[in-house]
Order: sequence, then C-alpha cells, then structure tokens
Amino acid sequence: MTGALGRVVRAGVGRRRIPTLAMAVTTMLAVTASVLAAGLLIASRAPFDRAFAKQRGAHLTIQFAGGTAEAGAIGATAHLAGVTAAGGPYPVQSPRPTVGANRSGMPVGDHLPPMTIAGRAAPTGPVDTLDLTDGRWLTGSGQVVLTAVNSPLSVGDHMSFPDLPGSPTLTVVGLARSVTGTADAWVSPAQLAALTPPGATPAYQMLYRFTHAETDAQVAADRATVAAAAPPGSMTSAASYLKVKLAADRTSAAFVPFVSAFGVLGLGLSVLIIGVVVSSTVGASTRRIGILKSLGFTPAQIVRAYVGQALIPATAGTGLGTVCGNLLSIPVMGRADAAFNAGTLTLAPWIDLVVPAGALAAVAATAFVPALRAGRLPTVQALTAGRTSREGRGRAAARLLGRLPLPRPVSLGLAMPFARPARSAIIIAAVAFGTIAVTFGVGLAVSLSDVQEAVNRSSPGAVVIQTFGAPAAAVPGSTQTTAPGLTAADPAAIEARLRTQPGTRRYFTTGQTRVSVAGLAGTTTVIAYEGDSSWGSYQMLSGSWFHRPGEAVVPTGFLTATGTHVGDTITLADNGHTARVRIVGEAFALREEGMLILTDTATLKGLDAYILPESIEFDIDLTRGTNTQSYVGSLNTALQSLGVTAQPNTGHLSSSALAMEGLTALLSAMLVAVAGLGVLTTVVLDTRERVRDFGILKALGMSPRQTIGTVLTSVTLAGVVGDALGVPIGAALHHVVLPAMGHAAGARIPAAETAVYHLPVLLPLALGGLLIAAAGALAPAGWAAHTHTAVALRTE
Amino acid sequence: MAPIIEIRDLTKRYDKSGPALAGLNLAVEGGEALAVLGPSGSGKSTLLNMIAGLDRPTAGTVSVAGLRVDTLTETASAQYRREQVGMVFQFFNLLDDLTVTDNVLLPAQLAGTTRRAAAMRAAALLRRLGIERHADAYPGRLSGGERQRVAVARALMNRPAVLLADEPTGALDRSSAAEVRRLLVELNQEGQTILLVTHDTALAESCATRTIELIDGAIVRDVRAVAR
Repeated sequence: MTGALGRVVRAGVGRRRIPTLAMAVTTMLAVTASVLAAGLLIASRAPFDRAFAKQRGAHLTIQFAGGTAEAGAIGATAHLAGVTAAGGPYPVQSPRPTVGANRSGMPVGDHLPPMTIAGRAAPTGPVDTLDLTDGRWLTGSGQVVLTAVNSPLSVGDHMSFPDLPGSPTLTVVGLARSVTGTADAWVSPAQLAALTPPGATPAYQMLYRFTHAETDAQVAADRATVAAAAPPGSMTSAASYLKVKLAADRTSAAFVPFVSAFGVLGLGLSVLIIGVVVSSTVGASTRRIGILKSLGFTPAQIVRAYVGQALIPATAGTGLGTVCGNLLSIPVMGRADAAFNAGTLTLAPWIDLVVPAGALAAVAATAFVPALRAGRLPTVQALTAGRTSREGRGRAAARLLGRLPLPRPVSLGLAMPFARPARSAIIIAAVAFGTIAVTFGVGLAVSLSDVQEAVNRSSPGAVVIQTFGAPAAAVPGSTQTTAPGLTAADPAAIEARLRTQPGTRRYFTTGQTRVSVAGLAGTTTVIAYEGDSSWGSYQMLSGSWFHRPGEAVVPTGFLTATGTHVGDTITLADNGHTARVRIVGEAFALREEGMLILTDTATLKGLDAYILPESIEFDIDLTRGTNTQSYVGSLNTALQSLGVTAQPNTGHLSSSALAMEGLTALLSAMLVAVAGLGVLTTVVLDTRERVRDFGILKALGMSPRQTIGTVLTSVTLAGVVGDALGVPIGAALHHVVLPAMGHAAGARIPAAETAVYHLPVLLPLALGGLLIAAAGALAPAGWAAHTHTAVALRTE
Repeated sequence: MAPIIEIRDLTKRYDKSGPALAGLNLAVEGGEALAVLGPSGSGKSTLLNMIAGLDRPTAGTVSVAGLRVDTLTETASAQYRREQVGMVFQFFNLLDDLTVTDNVLLPAQLAGTTRRAAAMRAAALLRRLGIERHADAYPGRLSGGERQRVAVARALMNRPAVLLADEPTGALDRSSAAEVRRLLVELNQEGQTILLVTHDTALAESCATRTIELIDGAIVRDVRAVAR
C-alpha cells in the first residue's frame, strides 16, 4: 500500500498502539491455542499406525530356543516367501536383575521383575527401529538401554545380576521405545553372552515384516510359514503386532474424546477472541473513518485500509503464536507420547501453514464487516460516532443500580456491562470457555484419579509380595507361559513367615491361570483368590463380590464378549474337566480388555487348573498403627532366604492415566490463560474507550482504589454469568466425555467416578469464572487508575 | 488571613522546550473570583491542573486551604479533589449514561456522604441553579447552558473551598454564556472562591474581582477590579 492509503494504515498501526497490541496479542494467543489443539487432534488419530510405519515395526516377534536351533538356520527364515524384511537373530535372555545404585529413589538390592534382554548391536535395522527417548545407544559392554515404557530406572542408574557369575552390573545409558515392545532392555551381543548363566544357551529373537499381515488370520499364516521352515520344535513363542495395536488403539481411542473436547474449546475460544478484539478495534475507529471519508476516501479504500491495519499486527501475532505453539507443543506432545506410547510425536508440518492462514483469514473477515459498515455510513454520522451519547443503552440498569445501597464505584462498575452488551457477551463467553475448561479438567483429573484408585484394587494390600515380581510381559501376545530359568518361591514358606510377622493383620493370595470358557474362542485369564479377599475386592459396577466357591466376578469386557449378565452361569473347562460358575458381580477392571474371571481358588479345584507359580501375589493388610516401612524391612529380613522381597504397595500409576492427567492440567491451564488474556484484551479496549469517563470520575475525586474497584466490578457480572454457564456445561461435557473414554477403552466407568462434582469440588469451581474475569481485568484496572487525569480528560 | 491558594515558584516543564509555567508566584484570598487570562499555550490550563492536583509541578509548591497539593499521593489527591475543589470544564464532562441528579450526586457518593444528605444537597443545588425540572433527564437532552449549570451543581456538591472553572463559557452560545456568567457572579457574591481560566475577557470583566494575565508561563499583569 502506497500513497495516502499506506500512510493512513501505517499511522493507524503505529499511533494506535493499544488496539494494535491487543490485536497482536489476541492473534498470538489464538494461534498458539489452535496450533496445539490441531496438533493434538491430528496426533490422536491412529498414533500406533504412524509409529509402526515410521519405526518399521515387527508384524511378528518370534522367539526360538537356542539349544535346538543354530542362529544360521533361524536367520535363514528371513528369506522365506512373504517376508519383506527381518531383523535378527538377536540373542535374548530373561534374567532377573536387582536395583543397583540409582537416583530414581529405588531401594538398592530390590528384585526387579524378570526382563527380556536382547543383544542388539544397533538401534536401527530393517525391522523395529528403536526410538531413543533419553540418553544414547550402547557403545560397549557394561551398558544397557531400557525400554522407555514404565522403566523403573533412569539414565545413569545401575542394575545388577547377583545370581550370575561375577555379579555383573550394567549402567543405564539410554531409554528407548520399540513400537511393539520387542524387549525390556537391550545390551550389546557380547554383553548378552556375559548375562547367560553357565551351561545355558541364549534364546534367539527374530523380527519379521510380511507382505500380508493385516488380519489375525494372515499373521497366523505367516507364523505357520516361519514355524514350518524353522528347525522343528525350536519356536517357543510368537507375538503378533495386532495385539499390541489393539491395546494401543484402545489407549489412543480413550484419549480422542477428551483431546477433541479440549481442541474444540481451544479453537472456539480462538475464533471468539479474534472476532471480538478485531471487530471492537475496527468498530471503535468509526470517527476516524468519518474523518477519512470527509477527506475523500472511498468505502473500498476504507475497507482496504482497515483490513490492512488489522492484518499487520495480526501477522506479527500469528508468527509469534506459531512459534509459541511449536514451543509449547514440546511438553504437550511429550505428554501425548507417553499416553499413546507410540513413538515421538511432533506437530504435523501443515499445521504451521494452515492454522496461521486460517487465523489471518478470520482476522481479515472479521475486520471486513465493521470496516465496510463504517465505510458505508454517512460521513456526518461517522464523524459524530462516539461523541453523541447512545440513547438508552444500559441507562435503566445504571439508574437502577445507582439506587441500590452500594458504594458508587461498585454500582458504576456493575452498570458498565449494560452499556456495551455485545462486548459484555463476549467477555462472558471468554470467561465461560475458561470455566468450562477448568470444570471439565478438574472433573477429569478427579475421575482419572478415582479410576486409577479403582484399577489399583487389583492389588489392594498395604504391602505386596510377588513371588517373581510381575510375570514377564516383554513379548506381547506370547504363548510362552513361564519365564525361562526362574524358580518360584514356595508360597507356603512365604505364608508361614507372614503369619508370624508382627503387624500382619490379614492377607490373601492371588494366582493366575488360563481356562477355556464355553462359547469363547481361546483361553481366558482367571485370577484365583485364596483366603478372605472381601476386604480387597474390586470396585463393583453391579452385583456383589464372590463369597463362596462356584461364584465369580467378571469385568464389563467379559460380559460384553460372552453376552452374559450378572446372575448367569458360565462353564469353564481345562484339562478335560468342566466347572459351572455363577457370575455374581460386574467389576471395574481394564486389564486384558476386561477378559478376566475373578473367583476363589476352590472354584478351580475340579478343573485341575495349573496356577502359574510366578503369578502368585500376596496382598497384606497391616494392623492399625504399623509402620509400613519398618514392617517391610523386618519382613524382608525374614524372607531373604526365600529370594523374594515384600514391597510397600504404592499403587500402580498407569502411564496413560498420568499422561492424561498431565495433558488435562496443561490444556486446562492453557485455555484458562487464553480466556484470561481474552478478557484482558477486551477490558483493555473497553477501558481505553472509557478513559475520558474515568478521567471525569477521577477529577471528581475517585481514588485509584475506587477506580480499580469500578473496573473489577465491571467484569463481576461476566464472571458470575460465565460461571453459571461454564460450570454446568463443563460438568455436562465431563459426563459425556468420560463414559466415551471408558467406552473407547472397552470399559464401563462406575457412576461414582462420573459423579465427581461434589460441594468441595464445586465451590472453588464456582469462583473460577470470577477469578478468570478479575485476573483478566486487573491490569487494565491498574492502568485506568494510574492514567493521568488531565490527559484522560483531553482524550477524545 | 492566610490566602486560600498559595503558589510559590511554580515551574512546570513537559519537555525540553520552554516551561509551561516559569517560577510563578500567586496568592488568592478566600472569596476572590480570579480570572486567569492569556493566549493559547500561556500555561493557564497547566496552572489550573496544578491547583486541582491533576498534575505535578516540576518545581515549586502549591497549597490550597493549607494543604500542600504538590506533595499528595494519588489517593490523597483524590480525597483533596473531593473535599476542597469543584471543577467545571469547557465541554461539561458530564457522564452521558447518568441522569442529571446522578451526575450531581457523584462527588458526594464518592466521598461516602449519606444518601439522604446527598439527595437533599443535590435537590437544593438543582433548585438553586434553576434546573430542578431536568433532574431525571440525561445530559444529552439539555442545552449547553443547562449542561454547564449541571456541571456547576456537581462541582458545588461537596461545598468546595475553591471552584475551578476551565473556559466555562467556551462551548456556549451567547445567551447560555451570559447565563453562566450571571451564575458565577452570584456564587462569588455568596462567598464562593472562584478561579476561572478563560479567553473570554467579557467573562473576566463581569465575574472576576481580580484578573491575572499569563504569557509564556509567567504573570505579566495582575489587576484587581475596583467594582463589579
């Protein structure tokens, strides 16, 4: 733009600093929120598939017994028809390490669960490229890279193998993520040899990608092809990526409803504040437009001037917002990474183009309408805009409020919103958006915490003893039943020590087995309880906990899969025997997609079912006043000879739940900040337009404190109405989103976890809108209080 | 008796150009009606702002009713304006959203005067100034002269020691200006100290008991009227 028009635009931007700054800040906030919202929405769509493609995940992870097959024969399976890429053979071992010196707060010497450790020279390869999330890859022996998923140790920590000759110690040098979780840890092949017990032979792991592996049947056929080509009897386990994909998809699906809710809130708030600030700024320039028209500017030139005038600060704000959005995406996407467990997430590059372009289009469109309206106004009318009083607007409210027994600064403030109802509606909307975010976020955090607590009821004792720690789970979908080379401690011996241990109040044991259920393909996990487990039952959705043999409790997933209901009887089968079990309750459990049967051990007697020794866990309740740490220390001394350790039950913190809570807090805080800043920019514009009124009041003796009081009171109504709208909408959103998240995860969320808005939660939330409004108005209030009265009186 | 306004060596500089006020000394006795004349940029409004506590001097002192106005904090300055001065402006500076009564009541309400006492005082002032029939009207509906009367009523609400008027007839037609002139004379005759800044020599001649003329921030003429 050159000539007179260019000068008008440059002067409008340069001399009208507050509206210019308000527009720049607004677009910056809107673009920041939108970049993050769009980024999260995109990232939550099929994250596993993207990570699987990026990391060239293994369709099949097959383990071969080292004793029966040579590496060369196993490696030859890489060239079978249908195999498009293969990795390995990698030697693997499943030793049980103990915690070494560490900075993670882990007790040194504690047994860790058995780990599947693979000997790999490089993190890359034709299949299963490892995504290093922390530290570095191995450079030699004495080093280990742990899986980044639920790793008990961090980079720099140590782990030992006291059962192996020379008690080797490894230093954790990195954390890495395998998209299908092919191992718990990786060491150099030479190091793996040192971790192999004398006389034992390491197993081998092969990772395959196939031409056709989209369905279970195709993967099964691929597996059969490999099994046929491998040395007979050498294949010990095979894990399909489809099971991992199912779990990952369920996890990410659980995120979609709440990420979408936050995304929509963020985008809605962005459009709202852009609309209000731009249209208010252009609308407030009507008199200037009148002057320009009186000098001969055409309506088209006016529109071009004002759209240009809005686009200059908006472009700066958009640039800054894109940078801020990308910077903020680092922690946000980090949380999403942890949640989706699907490799490092980054913003889709097109977001950095589409969002700014959309924001600038919104600014141009929003500026166009008031500029065109003002451009078409008769010049005289435009010139007098803002000088003549607007008949009737808010006067009745001002009059009424003036009669109330309130301090005058308060009644003046309360009347202000009625003078500019459209702007007040926008402030209310911004506050409501913020309140919705806080209400929804707080509700979600409380619910997730409750859900976590409910999930943790699978291990309810204050102290837990696991005979082998957690059962090995490194090979997803594995058909392998027992970690090789491990011996379980004798449960009877553990029980004998527990009984004599001072402080033990009560305990029960759980053990796992798998049985067939009539009507269901394959086998289903049964958790068998021994002892009185009524004090440690799962959270019940319906029915009751089992009281006697022959009764069972099952999660929603099981009822859905079998089409049964509480009160129905199912038939379990194993080793040619059958047992009829009556379902007496529906429990809340997310484990194994809810395909569990919880029952008394005696129920399985007739089946001759084999309880996996490594799955046996003792859940111990302590007598009142017993110090858990002292109890654990004393009990561990007693258990030392048995090779097991008792641990305080701190509860399992799901990485998904933690990630959700982190994301919720981050997104809520961000939306509240955007809402508060939206209020700020709106109140700044409003206060600026009222600066002469404030000058008059100050000339009449209004003190700075009274001025601040008036401005803050002017947003009180917005705060109250924003609260009145935001809290119920936020709660309603929570009531829609939480069950949707549960449904996506294949579970029914207990009513108690949804009904979280009790009085202690609601009361602070009810003040949330007021706080957002007051926080947003505080800076302009201070500005109004300290504006030079003589200058304010001269302001047009 | 001590002067009600006492100004010593008052200097005000806004930038590196010449001072708006250059070491000005002035004493105004209670009951005087002082007209400050001078061309644009001579420092008239700056002087008024200093006395009203709306601006701070670069050097010198300003005392009104025994109070050092130049040293007051923002809050104390607001209290001073409520209690000691009433202001009348060229363009009235009434709040358009408030009725005449509500405009007049404002200073009393800001000062925390009881509602009953404030209402009685406002009604009396509106009656005294002949605008009681407009009590419930909005300023936009009044003539310029009527609006300035409302502004005067508002300025007198808290019985100020000094009435400060900045070009009170500057935006009025001839008959309205005469109306306001008469009002100021009456108020001064009732004992109200008035300091008015004006270009209007007719206003100064008819209202003022004393006239000073400022040029380049300094008093170049100080004349007491023999009779009004």
